[in-house]
Amino acid sequence: MISKFSSKIYLDYAATTPVDERVLETMAPYFIEHFGNPSSIHKFGQKTDAAVEKSRRTMAEIINCLPGEIIFTSCGSESDNLALRGAAHAARKFRNANHILISPVEHPAVTNTANQLFKEFGFDLEYLPVNEFGQVSPVDVADKIRKDTAVVSVVHANNEIGSVNPISDIGQICADYDVPFHTDSVQAAAHLPIDVKKLNVDLMAFGAHKFYGPKGIGALYKRKGTDILPTQTGGGQEFGLRAGTSNVAYIVGQAEAFRLAEDEREARHDKMIPMRDHLISQVLESIPDTKLTGHPTERLPNNASFVFRGVDGNELLMLLDVEGFACSSGSACKTGNPEPSDVTKAIGLSEDWALGSLRVSLGKSTTKDEISKFIEILPKVVARNRSTRSK
Amino acid sequence: MPKKETKIVVAMSGGVDSSVAAALLVEQDYEVIGIMLRLWSEPGLETSNRCCTPASLAIAKQVAEQLCIPFYVIDAKDIFRDVVVQYFIDGYAQGLTPNPCLICNKQIRWEFLLNKALSLGAEYLATGHYARVDHIRSGKARLLQAVDKSKDQSYVLGVLNQGQLKHALFPVGILTKKEVRKLAQKDNLAIANTKDSQDLCFLAGSDYGSFLRRNSSCIEKPGPIMMRDGKVVGRHTGLAFYTIGQRKRLGISSPNPLYVLEKVMVNNSLIIGSSEELGRRELVAGRVNWVSGNTPEKPFKAKIKIRYKAPLVPGEVTPIENNRFIVKFEKTLRGITPGQAAVIYKGEEVVASGIIEVEHIPAPEVIPIKLSSEEP
Repeated sequence: MISKFSSKIYLDYAATTPVDERVLETMAPYFIEHFGNPSSIHKFGQKTDAAVEKSRRTMAEIINCLPGEIIFTSCGSESDNLALRGAAHAARKFRNANHILISPVEHPAVTNTANQLFKEFGFDLEYLPVNEFGQVSPVDVADKIRKDTAVVSVVHANNEIGSVNPISDIGQICADYDVPFHTDSVQAAAHLPIDVKKLNVDLMAFGAHKFYGPKGIGALYKRKGTDILPTQTGGGQEFGLRAGTSNVAYIVGQAEAFRLAEDEREARHDKMIPMRDHLISQVLESIPDTKLTGHPTERLPNNASFVFRGVDGNELLMLLDVEGFACSSGSACKTGNPEPSDVTKAIGLSEDWALGSLRVSLGKSTTKDEISKFIEILPKVVARNRSTRSK
Repeated sequence: MPKKETKIVVAMSGGVDSSVAAALLVEQDYEVIGIMLRLWSEPGLETSNRCCTPASLAIAKQVAEQLCIPFYVIDAKDIFRDVVVQYFIDGYAQGLTPNPCLICNKQIRWEFLLNKALSLGAEYLATGHYARVDHIRSGKARLLQAVDKSKDQSYVLGVLNQGQLKHALFPVGILTKKEVRKLAQKDNLAIANTKDSQDLCFLAGSDYGSFLRRNSSCIEKPGPIMMRDGKVVGRHTGLAFYTIGQRKRLGISSPNPLYVLEKVMVNNSLIIGSSEELGRRELVAGRVNWVSGNTPEKPFKAKIKIRYKAPLVPGEVTPIENNRFIVKFEKTLRGITPGQAAVIYKGEEVVASGIIEVEHIPAPEVIPIKLSSEEP
């Protein structure tokens, strides 16, 4: 049976992407043909160990770090957890630092980890202010950072509204104080060039499924010399920082997907940005009481996010889905929750606006035709939602 | 009847009835959308409302996937708490035995959810209730009992008005439970293997008494247990914890069985008596919903149901002022309980539903008991 009506046009690439066929091809040999455990002594193990280490080198070259500074994890959230928990506990152990500084617009993987460190482990948790675009100012970081700050975490590019933060400047301040700086680049790494030296970061989280790699694999960059304690203990894999048999096929797939993202970055952008800009201008023009959320220019190339006054964002998504368009109201992890998101609250939107959020995210295979169809349907759907809500 | 290509929202619970309801509509080529409401449960017992446990959500999603229909979860926690749970608590605080399913159908499913369905462009909202609705040409809708009388749920749907019934479909109402199970098996639908439960969904396994103690501070108000003549024979722990007709757990020894006859709020007393005293020939119901939208002018003969699982009994119904009716039964009836609905049937058709009011038997003269009656 084929559903008579369900999403046919996918505009939710910030939630996840399909695996690139070329990526799948590189993964295929590592399920049956080359199945050895990379930790084994014998040839079977040597074969897969080589594949893992080659993947590590590939990723390290792209982000300008040493292979030994790449830790493979199971996803972006795990990388955030390892970075934050690992750095916080190490800072407490080695220099008695108990202060955690994060932005209010972090992904829940950071926010909820920091909250647990605060509630259950007795760390002080302080939030940085953000501007109307959800961006952190380096001045505020300089103002709030302390000698006993255990770790600072500021998202590279926000997952809901796409604003990019001045990571390099923030990183410099943290470096001046000798405080480890973590950034969640799970969204950003799919689009922005990453050079960890230029960005002045100590820790950086990646997730492969945002850049046409498979779900269930991620990575953490950890600068040599930055102390973290492991959060998953066991065998000595990943330099003793992340135990568990290496997920070989997925590690290979992630590296290939990341390589392709790097190689094709400009081509993808050249295609996506004009469509995205057209979408934004048309939506703002054709729908009354609409705001663009996030910075007008300092934003991810594939992100168009809006708020519509007097609209129920969750209902809007259902309406769009029924009409054949898959979008999101922000982070996919929050769907179904009638509360406005932390991000929309942090950028100062009143509830009247904040509940009506919509995130449209483009992918490398998005077409002009898909965008035209979307631009045509959205005003109707917003109007319908407004008319039923005002009853 | 609805046209093909019509959008229909099905309220799905993961149970066999709503799953088969959805399957039947898909088979008839309608454009079906599944929706599950996320309902309130006590904090700390989060997501364990029986109607939407994580397990039943997973199954409903799987059924929707099998049927190739879109499926959404809509949050209704706040409105459910404010409307349904509050009605339940208030009812007990007023000495009634409320049936929260009535208010849930009236205001959550057939108002809140129906409005969501309409805003999605649907013309109908379907549920897995065992009842039938007959959309007749005049534009009126008639509410009828299910074909399977042992499963009939028209009692809890008598609160629906024409505006609601106009959009209502009950696809399994023409089937027996056995047939429904067979269809689920034939389609190989993933079904929650839960038994039909009569517990309230938001009690989440706990009994209503302890729920009230936790959620309504003023409910635990002890007082006297007395006979009709005013003779005090014991103490009760709070009127809310007793039901009309209850025999057990009264803590009174007597040669003849004694039953709860009445809860008198004015002096917080529980009146008990013999089984003969329990029987009554008459009831008054208020907040009446005349399903057709028209109040009959004259008294009429009908059959009446005084509880969800009570049998239909004959009587005469007389509409009276203030949207109420009186029922005079042909025979003495036990178990008439204020707060429950009296639902009026003519043949298979539901004519009206009203909430049984407190009976007007003169309160016995008693020595006033200060402690119990002087709460605000």
